[in-house]
Amino acid sequence: MGDHPEQFLEDKAVAKKTKKKNIIIELKNVSKIYDGKPAVDNVSMSIKRGEFVTFLGPSGCGKTTTLRMIAGFEKPTSGTVLFNGEDITNMPPHLRPVNTVFQKYALFPHLNVFNNIAFGLKMKKVPSGETFTDKSGATYEKLRKLTKKEITDKVNAALKMVDLEDYGHRNVSSLSGGQQQRVAIARALVNEPEVLLLDEPLGALDLKMRKDMQIELMNMHKKIGITFIYVTHDQEEALTMSDTIVVMRNGSIQQIASPQKVYDEPANAFVADFIGESNIFSGIMREDRKVEFFGRVIECVDVGFKRDEPIDVIIRPEDIYVLAKDNPASLMSATVTDCVFKGDHYQIIVLVDGENELIIHDNAEVKEGEEIGLFIKPFDLHIMHKSRIINEIETEMWDTGVVEICGGRFPCNSHLEGGTPVKVSIDFDDVEILDDEDDGIIGGEVVSSIYKGSYYQCIVRADNHYDFFVDTDDDWLKGDRVGIRVAPEKIIVEKLGNAESAE
Amino acid sequence: MKAKEFFGKGISKIKNFRLTRRVFAYPYVLFMLAFVVAPLIILLVNAFLDTEGGFTFDNFKSFFTDDVSLRVLGMSLAVGVITTVLCLVIGYPVAYILSKWSSGSIIVLLIILPMWVNFLIRTYALKSIFDSLDVTLGIGTVIVGMVYNFIPYMIMPLHTTISNIDPSYAEAAKDLGCNSVQTFLRSTLPLSIPGILSGVTMVFIPTISAFAISGMLSNNTVLMFGDSINLRFTHQLYGTGSVMSLIMLAFVLILNFFMNRANKGEAPRNVW
Repeated sequence: MGDHPEQFLEDKAVAKKTKKKNIIIELKNVSKIYDGKPAVDNVSMSIKRGEFVTFLGPSGCGKTTTLRMIAGFEKPTSGTVLFNGEDITNMPPHLRPVNTVFQKYALFPHLNVFNNIAFGLKMKKVPSGETFTDKSGATYEKLRKLTKKEITDKVNAALKMVDLEDYGHRNVSSLSGGQQQRVAIARALVNEPEVLLLDEPLGALDLKMRKDMQIELMNMHKKIGITFIYVTHDQEEALTMSDTIVVMRNGSIQQIASPQKVYDEPANAFVADFIGESNIFSGIMREDRKVEFFGRVIECVDVGFKRDEPIDVIIRPEDIYVLAKDNPASLMSATVTDCVFKGDHYQIIVLVDGENELIIHDNAEVKEGEEIGLFIKPFDLHIMHKSRIINEIETEMWDTGVVEICGGRFPCNSHLEGGTPVKVSIDFDDVEILDDEDDGIIGGEVVSSIYKGSYYQCIVRADNHYDFFVDTDDDWLKGDRVGIRVAPEKIIVEKLGNAESAE
Repeated sequence: MKAKEFFGKGISKIKNFRLTRRVFAYPYVLFMLAFVVAPLIILLVNAFLDTEGGFTFDNFKSFFTDDVSLRVLGMSLAVGVITTVLCLVIGYPVAYILSKWSSGSIIVLLIILPMWVNFLIRTYALKSIFDSLDVTLGIGTVIVGMVYNFIPYMIMPLHTTISNIDPSYAEAAKDLGCNSVQTFLRSTLPLSIPGILSGVTMVFIPTISAFAISGMLSNNTVLMFGDSINLRFTHQLYGTGSVMSLIMLAFVLILNFFMNRANKGEAPRNVW
């Protein structure tokens, strides 16, 4: 069907009438692999008609690649893209009923503003009302190009929509960034796409302009009612504009939820750290509604965790209340180390027990060195399963006393023979990160580093893509190459396949 | 004591000499004055001098009333146009394909390599090939020779321009409903116009002024404007020779003027 454009348009018109489904775009197990590295890793999601969806994540998280697969500029390595329930995975971009606003606008420099906007309309074909019958007897409606008058009217309407009525004859290079942005939006919307894709469209604008354009885009979305898919790395932009936020990291989806939910109930420590400011630290769930952290057992509202399960605790800075030191409601006392005025609040940094750092946003000023009491409401304590509690790798012994991990040979205290399949476990704080890659037994790249109150939890990706979780005292720079080393006595080696052989 | 004074003076003189940026331009200015401005003035003066050294317009009159000279001019322009068109038609697809290949720049180097061989040697080689194939030398072989000699000057600027076109323009065209052919015609081709213009300039001007190539590849049956000027000067007809040189210069300036106008508003033109 895809090889006959007219027929496709025809079928789509029918499809639109008969089954106007609520879900307009669906990704099913979509992956994109570049040079053996997954840029998008097994992503599935559904996007509802008329929704404003934002793909949010740090650079390199796969959000733009995902958008480009919806636009048709990239073909997924595996998985399917559905549009109105039809498979469009292999459909070329010019046949897809979507239009894109590009990051740097990509306005044609050889055309003026009017002709840039008219570009898509000149390509467009619409049913002419006449029909013809082909050799096999099937009847099609004939298609015609738009007339000059129709194009002019549509372009002028589009110019009016973006407040650039008198700019039609202008050269695009003579426009300011914000005006070019509007032309790019008009050029996409004039084709009346069912979905508008926006790839970091406000990235090149200054702060004030960006805020104005955010509001304009939201108004346009409300007015036109089509689906917007918006890509950004700016969490504030995502929270302001979206109906739904898709938080991505390292090619996979971390959370799909409304802005409120993403902020108030982040799915994991990464989301919490990326969206807004957070205090994140490790704790232990003693029993339902009782969590232990900083050596104190504190009441919370979470249930259903395993007894004594290690968890991450997340507290937003504005959810911590500063009390007088001797206030009986105080959960713990702390020493103020820093207090900075931030316009609408004070950012206070305190130390609990002299080692655990907390960031607090409060309206009252406190003095450096002052002893204060802290209070947190039980439902403001967000408890999360740890994504991993120990590094586990299935591998085999290289030789007696040497185990192979990610292509490197690590000395260990195991007497198993070379070639024995084993499972290796290494605690987070037993992995050593070294500045110089050559000092480590294997090398890797730091992919994230999250502060957990008294230490940093880093993820170091080895060259075979295994992620080591490491607890360290230092903040390692994302993207840095580092060496990894583990002391022989810290490597726990277990023989694999015992269960099978025992049976 | 005296020696010290002498050296002291010398040093202070050197110290007073300030090496400003302007100083670096002096050698170039002198060179230009001696080898560009002065010859042009001599040409201009010669064009208005008769054999006795008196002022006259006869040189212009004799050129514009001489059928043979005008025919040579017409022939040169025709060969120039045909060569330029052929270079563009052959060179564009080559440049386009090369800019899409990752190994394109190595092949571009291979295309420039023959340019490092002297054009006379290249032309002699071409003549030998024609002779061994029993091809009759004439206007056809002249054009082949011109295309062969000047096509790198077309491919180079085209290749640079096309490979510098942001791929998002092609994506935008596809996004707005263009298939691959329409994408090329409506975005890539118009965006490569600066490259086409500089390629056309760099092929057309040397072609109409080329000499020796046409003589060698046509057994002196086809005479180009450059050959004709050469002939005038070797026969000491400085007056008409100068007039023809000025006419040539006028063509180059007019062409440049139109090329610059056509290029207006585009990205700044690069040398290649």
